[in-house]
Amino acid sequence: MADRILVIGGGPGGMAAALAAARAGARVELVDALPTLGGQIWRGLRAETAQGREGRLLRDLTASGAEFRLSTQILSFTEPGRAVAQGPEGMLSLRYDRLVIATGARERFLPFPGWTLPGVCGAGGLQGMAKSGMPVAGQRVLVAGTGPLLLAVAAHLRGAGAQVLGIAEQASLPVLAGFGIGLTAYPRKLLQGLGYASVLTRVPLWTSTWVEEAEGDDLLRRVALRRRGRRVALEVDLLALGLGLVPNLEVALALGCARQGGSVQVGAFQETSVQGVFACGESTGVGGVEKALAEGHVAGLAAAGDLQGAAIHARQLLRQRAFARQLEASFALRRELSSLAGPGTVVCRCEDVRLEELRGYRDGRDARLHTRCGMGPCQGRICGPATETLFGWEPNQPRQPLFPAPFRAFLTTDPGSRPDPQTSE
Amino acid sequence: MRRMLTLRFDGRSVQVPEGAHLVALLDGDLTCHRSVRGEPRGPLCGMGVCQECRLNVNGRLVLACRTLAQEGMEVRRG
Repeated sequence: MADRILVIGGGPGGMAAALAAARAGARVELVDALPTLGGQIWRGLRAETAQGREGRLLRDLTASGAEFRLSTQILSFTEPGRAVAQGPEGMLSLRYDRLVIATGARERFLPFPGWTLPGVCGAGGLQGMAKSGMPVAGQRVLVAGTGPLLLAVAAHLRGAGAQVLGIAEQASLPVLAGFGIGLTAYPRKLLQGLGYASVLTRVPLWTSTWVEEAEGDDLLRRVALRRRGRRVALEVDLLALGLGLVPNLEVALALGCARQGGSVQVGAFQETSVQGVFACGESTGVGGVEKALAEGHVAGLAAAGDLQGAAIHARQLLRQRAFARQLEASFALRRELSSLAGPGTVVCRCEDVRLEELRGYRDGRDARLHTRCGMGPCQGRICGPATETLFGWEPNQPRQPLFPAPFRAFLTTDPGSRPDPQTSE
Repeated sequence: MRRMLTLRFDGRSVQVPEGAHLVALLDGDLTCHRSVRGEPRGPLCGMGVCQECRLNVNGRLVLACRTLAQEGMEVRRG
């Protein structure tokens, strides 16, 4: 009987891993919490409309025999080889021989006055929600933060009919120029950059500029920018804020995988420190679609036992990882961004804990026990990276269940028979 | 051409295209629920992490950013 491979995450990395493993003869189950494949960057992939590389991958994956479990959230690992998940029909027991982690990344948020107003969103998050049907046509949007993602987001929102007022890049012009020159070593990304340039004519790009404050009574109405030392006010409807990505490590850490800084530590074949567990994509280091596809391919082959195939494809990984490092170095965040919050600024959104309440604690655990900072529904995923930057606290690992689940999810006995697999449409 | 679905949002009848997530209901006002201290909150991360986009659907809490809209859903802000 062929090995069972469970792939957690249906973005580019997970899709590539699932396809490689299925073609190598394994029984593959691909799980994602979203109702469609594609992850964040290819959000809402549909067979009827998907084009290009992602369309081909979707069609190949659909034809490969791999099973999909969509709208399915991994909750816990209670014993080796078994993951407990909540699917649309109820609880699921997912058994596996080997596992590929492709859980991607989330956006980093740093608190500033007014950041909790409805209308303030992550840049990638706003793009994703627009792809999922949130109306943006005619809305005035400011795109702010750092890195090439801002261009992609601005271009997409403009294409969806939004009025993009400008792009506020916190890095300086020399840093941007230096990154541009470095891009010639990675032709596909340079093309992407040029492609955006044509869509974004007449959208101003301000360097050395960042958001200091968001204002409004109950909704976002205005932002205040710091631009070359001056404070500039802008009337906006939406703020798309991109301050970089943070790998989602919860599944890897729950399984006991070793970390390397903020990423999962992997070897040449994407193997983690835990036998039979592989990882690919943003979870092993933020590096975009190319890295995710390349690593997913290797992880899928290696998980399925095709080490020869994995070795052949592993050679191109070095290039992808080099780009990831260059990206991170170029778009480091200025110190000013961690000093924007005032005493009354909310830091832990889930529990409404303000900055002034967090002063004087030794570490995150100390603060958590006294203030509940990090104990709310996001389980520290939003405030963790923020308090790490603000205070140097090590983010806490969410306890299982890894995501909020309704109580009734734990009332069923071990589900012996599985419901019919969900397929993407 | 995708067909339109009819849902009710805070008592009002609203149409969204099939395949859209419940964020399609957030037109102009992104408020979804109130925080511990009663402040208005809406989607921040857009990807199921922050939990700030929770809406009450047919009596249960779901995340608007990742829940597919379905015909006849009764949706309310928290």
